[in-house]
Amino acid sequence: MMMLSRLKHDLTMAEAARMPGGARVDLVVVADMVEHGAKVLDVGCGDGELLRLLAETRNVDGRGIELSREGVNECVAKGLAVIQGDADTDLADYPNDAFDYVILSQTLQATRQPRVVLEHMLRIGRRAIVSFPNFGHWRIRMQVMFRGRMPRTDNLPYAWYDSPNIHFCTIKDFRELCVAAGAEMEKAVALNPWGSPLRLNAPWWFWNMLGEQAVFRLSRGKKASSE
Amino acid sequence: MAEVSATLDTADRAREADDPRSPVVKFGADKPLRLDAGVELAPFQIAYQTYGALNPERSNAILVCHALTGDQHVANTHPVTGKPGWWETMVGPGRPIDTERYFVICPNVLGACMGTTGPASINPKTGQPWGLDFPMITVRDMVRAQAMLLDHLGIDSLFSIAGGSMGGMQVLQWASSYPERVYSALPLASATRHSAQNIAFHEVGRQAVMADPEWRGGRYFAAGTNPRRGLAVARMGAHITYLSDVALHRKFGRRFQDRNNPTFTFDADFQVESYLRHQGISFVERFDANSYLYLTRAMDYFDLAADFDGVLARAFKDTPTRFCVISFTSDWLFPTSDSRAIVHALNAGGARVSFAEIVTDKGHDAFLLQEPELFAIVSGFLDGAAKARGLPSVPR
Repeated sequence: MMMLSRLKHDLTMAEAARMPGGARVDLVVVADMVEHGAKVLDVGCGDGELLRLLAETRNVDGRGIELSREGVNECVAKGLAVIQGDADTDLADYPNDAFDYVILSQTLQATRQPRVVLEHMLRIGRRAIVSFPNFGHWRIRMQVMFRGRMPRTDNLPYAWYDSPNIHFCTIKDFRELCVAAGAEMEKAVALNPWGSPLRLNAPWWFWNMLGEQAVFRLSRGKKASSE
Repeated sequence: MAEVSATLDTADRAREADDPRSPVVKFGADKPLRLDAGVELAPFQIAYQTYGALNPERSNAILVCHALTGDQHVANTHPVTGKPGWWETMVGPGRPIDTERYFVICPNVLGACMGTTGPASINPKTGQPWGLDFPMITVRDMVRAQAMLLDHLGIDSLFSIAGGSMGGMQVLQWASSYPERVYSALPLASATRHSAQNIAFHEVGRQAVMADPEWRGGRYFAAGTNPRRGLAVARMGAHITYLSDVALHRKFGRRFQDRNNPTFTFDADFQVESYLRHQGISFVERFDANSYLYLTRAMDYFDLAADFDGVLARAFKDTPTRFCVISFTSDWLFPTSDSRAIVHALNAGGARVSFAEIVTDKGHDAFLLQEPELFAIVSGFLDGAAKARGLPSVPR
């Protein structure tokens, strides 16, 4: 039990991992993958923190889709171009090549059809950026192994029966999806629980074990690249 | 039904139709308005109100488009009824449409009866009110007339255009017809086409007017009559569609009006009956029956996609306008699905669009009422657009 309470504390730290300027680290990693002035669609934009960060630091032309009404209304009141909508159903309405980047930040695991969503993202945008919690992280594995229960953490606090997160995956699983969806992996970053990027050139199994979350930048490709 | 008595006589209303207590721009025979019906209207006039000041760059103008039974008196005491303006919660100093920052223009629509040419206006050829000789008009005609007004006022580009219901139809028509003149647009509780159910409600209202013997085939001015009962019934029916089951129940329930027991007559026993009768009676004081026929017809004919082979997205292809579409959960006249259709078309056209649905039980009329979330969204949207356009913020 000692170890488990310790674990909870660590993830709380990760949840709060912010840059000196106050921006969430994972969002900064995503923003760093976007070039200045790009046209961006943020799918599942929440309260608009990423869109605002992108507008302030990258001068992007940003749009958002958000499922929760409160999130949408908050975003629109901030002057952000956000619509109420569902990633699973509403991406089909967007034309091809409408955006430079389509971003799915911490939302993949809540979609009903992650593969369809990813394919739409790569149709609508020339590139896609996906960040997601890594279910292969060793602490998650420990919870299942020692408690025999579905993991619950401060980042992923829901009980299995009322969780909006219905499609968890590990970093390895996500790479498999990229291959299946014909996406080319341009960049990948894994973050430790404190929000720092893990060292580059590490083997995938290392990232899959120690990365608490991952950020991938993808483009349309015939087949996925291997490292 | 209780005797409907108007406090204003017909002559007084007629005076407001031709010589209103608002600024008026008159367009002579040299500037005819080409109507969708295939005829030209000339001469004609537009009555309007303005609030705030146009900046030297002429870049802070907001056009407010009124709904079916609204008028240009957005934020001032109404000259006929003495009541506050219909959107004083939204438009004024420090309001979301802030008249210390923006220059607000609201014209009376073509076909209405508060000073812009309509069926109650005098037909110069006959010296009598137009009545049913007035040509049929469309939402696009209304917008064309408004564009002529803006040309006259020297405003090339609108910072924004806002309106609910029929006002929202004008907003959408503006954005489609003159995209380069509209920097941002706020269609509220609106649709790109009038639904079969809405056409049906309008038809009931029109039949109520025309069934009133005082209507006299539309020539009631000449006959010295006024189809008050018919118009009041039309208004009562329409008013139900502007509310919601929940709101009616919350306001009135099954409570009796000034009595404890039913009278076993057709008196207005219930509060809801009394309320509707009051709505009907007060409406006929300020509105012309033929205008009601013409404007409801214009809404029925509205179908923006029809001009683009049924493909709505083409109405907004590559539009530079920023949109903020707003709907209300309990609005069953212009339901959220209508607003969502606008949003889909705008997305397909690559537009910069925001869309919010506001939770309320007040029905279609919610856009006119005290809705803090609506105010926050409108003010945030306009502020974002103002920053993007480089408008200075209000010195406070």
